[in-house]
Amino acid sequence: MGKKLLTENINVPGIETFEVYRKNGGYASVEKALKTMTPDEVTEEVKKSGLRGRGGAGFPAGMKWSFLDRKSEKPRYLVCNADESEPGTFKDRYLMEKMPHLLVEGMITGSYALGAKTSYIYIRGEYMYIVRILEKAIDEAYAAGFLGQNILGTGYSLDLYVHPGAGAYICGEETALLESLEGKRGNPRLKPPFPAVAGLYAAPTVVNNVETIAAVVPIVNLGGDEYAKTGIGKSTGTKLISASGHINKPGIYEIELGLPVEEFIYSDEYCGGIWKGRKMKAVVAGGSSVPILPADLILKTAKGEQRLMTYESLADGGFVSGTMLGSGGFIVYDETACIVRNLWTFARFYHHESCGQCSPCREGTGWMEKVLHRIEHGHGHSGDIDLLVDVAKKIEGNTICPLGDAAAWPVASAIRHFREEFEYHVKYPEKVKN
Amino acid sequence: MLTLEEKQEIERAIHQVPLRKAACIEALKVVQEHRRWVSDESLKDVAAFMDMSPAELDSVATFYNLIFRRPVGRHIILVCDSISCWVMGYEKIQAHLSQKLNIGFGETTLDGRYTMLPNPCLGTCDHAPAFMIDHDLYRDVTTDQLDAILEKYT
Ligand SMILES: NC(=O)C1=CN([C@@H]2O[C@H](COP(=O)(O)OP(=O)(O)OC[C@H]3O[C@@H](n4cnc5c(N)ncnc54)[C@H](O)[C@@H]3O)[C@@H](O)[C@H]2O)C=CC1
Ligand SMILES: Cc1cc2nc3c(=O)[nH]c(=O)nc-3n(C[C@H](O)[C@H](O)[C@H](O)COP(=O)(O)O)c2cc1C
Ligand code: SF4
Ligand code: FES
Repeated sequence: MGKKLLTENINVPGIETFEVYRKNGGYASVEKALKTMTPDEVTEEVKKSGLRGRGGAGFPAGMKWSFLDRKSEKPRYLVCNADESEPGTFKDRYLMEKMPHLLVEGMITGSYALGAKTSYIYIRGEYMYIVRILEKAIDEAYAAGFLGQNILGTGYSLDLYVHPGAGAYICGEETALLESLEGKRGNPRLKPPFPAVAGLYAAPTVVNNVETIAAVVPIVNLGGDEYAKTGIGKSTGTKLISASGHINKPGIYEIELGLPVEEFIYSDEYCGGIWKGRKMKAVVAGGSSVPILPADLILKTAKGEQRLMTYESLADGGFVSGTMLGSGGFIVYDETACIVRNLWTFARFYHHESCGQCSPCREGTGWMEKVLHRIEHGHGHSGDIDLLVDVAKKIEGNTICPLGDAAAWPVASAIRHFREEFEYHVKYPEKVKN
Repeated sequence: MLTLEEKQEIERAIHQVPLRKAACIEALKVVQEHRRWVSDESLKDVAAFMDMSPAELDSVATFYNLIFRRPVGRHIILVCDSISCWVMGYEKIQAHLSQKLNIGFGETTLDGRYTMLPNPCLGTCDHAPAFMIDHDLYRDVTTDQLDAILEKYT
């Protein structure tokens, strides 16, 4: 069994209540930080831990915290990104539903480190039932003196609010999220300035993913150096992987970073192999915005090395033969899956969710959807495949936020690795017409 | 006209933010919770209450999928049409719902009972295919369960 730092107690009956959570060692990080450490010391431990953002980009959390402009006269904010809408990703929902106090605890310890007096959890509008779970946990924490004025008599005060969104994938992008939190359309802002300098109401703000904030709890409890002993190289700690698709055991797994991909897919401790005794065709390893890889390349790099569940190993080979750990949304396809139809599903999604600010993204996603629709439905033209590659190239790197890239990468990688399927669709329209 | 109850609920949301305007999405949701959708009339009332122009508020309202600026049915079906649900066969579920209710995405049944909308990943991909009706989540759905589920909402 791998080491668990976040979900060890997740199956303890009643762990969603303050009482049981506290009895099982909950809120120790708040006591330790507020009573025995300065805010900068807490930030230092997070730096030492090597923890990288679990929202997908993998930016070192401690570094981001240290970039927070502490000289500004303005208030500082910690905002938790609980917008989780990356298709294939459901770890944040699972953590919040089962262990709401872990997030609340991380928010208090984190807010203390950053000197925030008001903090927000921005959660997607579809998760209203989770909003209620979180609000109950927050009420319990207030009642127990862990939130509000003069927490545990230390003189530190914090208010924590849950803020539900209203249905927009783009609001997971941190600057769109901040716009939405300010009551505006969720249009991403140009970066820099990064939120650490000018975020919510132009004040210094740290935006972190749910899992990142939860990880602050074991980091403070164990100490950053001890936390960093789990994992490999620059991929320290554990990571929640959302596993779904054609596998025997879909679900959430907390893995030690460094686990071989092959073991993750085939061992009974994790995914339990491909369902119905079939063969694996492809994997999307990090949520829908990362490149898709065929079975051989997900198990081994192009150099023939065993692929590991780490930021570095999954990215080995760049966009030619590699992918990304991303948000940890691990989707497995068996040999019966049609890559063309799959890609059309993606394209429709990105077209619908584009905020429309940049023309390469707005027009490009629409174009890709249209072309994929006609290929999939047996009306493809001979130049369509190259047209798709070309449109994807024109979007990449030419937009305000990475949604454009996220729409382009799956198209480019699917065609790179499964070109013959696209060609088959164009060549034998009568066989695919539906 | 906003009711007293609506105004109180909106005030509660305003209390959580430093600027009145910042609570405008919440305000729209409050009104929608009471009236099912946001009519032009309601939009004007909310705008006035939030010290905004109706045009400014409308540009916010139309941005979000879950703010309805057109009449909708008594119950909203959100069908996940994202990757894992596609892999696990949501298209069959949607076809069955469409046939049974005689509506496609974006449409409302003649009796005003249901509106069906596509929705990106509902965050329950390990139990795909999935859909929501109002705030209830249904997972691992098979076509033979659909009739019984639909019966529950009147
Ligand atoms: N979890 C989910 O549901 C989804 C996750 N994603 C992921 O999001 C990723 C892209 O996210 P972005 O925020 O656009 O990436 P990014 O690389 O621009 O930023 C990552 C984080 O580091 C911070 N940062 C970077 N450079 C900084 C600097 N010099 N100073 C201060 N802070 C700095 C940013 O503010 C941000 O919080 C993708 O890789 C994708 O995997 C995408 C869609 C959905
Ligand atoms: C289109 C788009 C959607 C995103 N959605 C999410 C999301 O739902 N949850 C999340 O934590 N990060 C999301 N991100 C990444 C955030 O912009 C940001 O990097 C993250 O919240 C930072 O937290 P972390 O450093 O703890 O990972 C998204 C990025 C993009 C471009
Ligand atoms: S890349 Fe797309 S989603 Fe991002 S800001 Fe531009 S138009 Fe909006
Ligand atoms: S893809 Fe349907 S719930 Fe995630």
